[in-house]
Amino acid sequence: MRFGVVTFPGSNCDDDAVHAVVDALGAECVRLWHKDHDLKRAEVIILPGGFSYGDHLRPGAIARFSPIMREVVEHAKRGYPVLGVCNGFQILCEAGVLPGALLRNARLKFVCRTVILRVENDATLYTSQYERGQLLRMPIAHGDGRYTIDADGLERLRDREQIVFRYVNADGVTTDDANPNGAQDSIAGIVNEAGNVLGLMPHPERAVDSLLGSADGLALFQSLLARVGA
Amino acid sequence: MTQYRVAVHIVPRRGVLDPQGQAVCDALHALGFAAVADVRVGRHIVVGMNADGPEAAELAARDMCDKLLANPVTEDYEIAGIAPVYAEARA
Repeated sequence: MRFGVVTFPGSNCDDDAVHAVVDALGAECVRLWHKDHDLKRAEVIILPGGFSYGDHLRPGAIARFSPIMREVVEHAKRGYPVLGVCNGFQILCEAGVLPGALLRNARLKFVCRTVILRVENDATLYTSQYERGQLLRMPIAHGDGRYTIDADGLERLRDREQIVFRYVNADGVTTDDANPNGAQDSIAGIVNEAGNVLGLMPHPERAVDSLLGSADGLALFQSLLARVGA
Repeated sequence: MTQYRVAVHIVPRRGVLDPQGQAVCDALHALGFAAVADVRVGRHIVVGMNADGPEAAELAARDMCDKLLANPVTEDYEIAGIAPVYAEARA
């Protein structure tokens, strides 16, 4: 199975994503340039974190019109895995591949720290190696991570179990204090209805080795490997 | 073709938490503007473009808002003004 990591002007977690895939997971990875129209036979596409186009207008609003996004959206529609981390999540929401939007953090501050996540759905492509209710430690680093969706959309997400990760405290409980950005319903990550596209604000690719403070993100990539095939 | 300048206002949709507007509202209260009930902070975008007439310029600007300038999930927009550039220069 081949991974592809897209670099936009302003991406800054593309190297971390390649490191996670190649060094931690031991899988094959190609780098993709935002101006390309070619996914280079990659099966799993990763849109990494960063500040594409300087976050001008809205985070992800301009990157979604990058040439390669046409192929990425098609790839997602055909059912292949597409993972958006942080800015990648914002881009997928702007592109309409995932529902909702990511707005300025409720406390108007850039937040850079480790958070605790609760696995809400362990049946997705990305979470089969976790257990429902399991608590994970992963870093976040964003200024616009407040997940927002209208009431109907939120109900749909809940009904279809599309909420994959929520921010919780050390006891595994959702609270205002444990919610770093004011995200609606403490949502940290969701999948699309078909389940092949995951977007999340925390950085699993920066949590693949205990040397980095946590290895809890590795199982996300291992889940993909297990389900999509080596 | 005439050159027009189209001004667009984009604001967070009512019901969507606007922490910036809230912070400004609190600051206005602290300054003694007790009558302030609500503040929403948005964006003012001015687009210069060639068009056959003001209607065509507005249509194009609305298309731009739907596709890029506003986020249809969280923001509302309104066309705040359309003026040919020569009128501006004379004024």
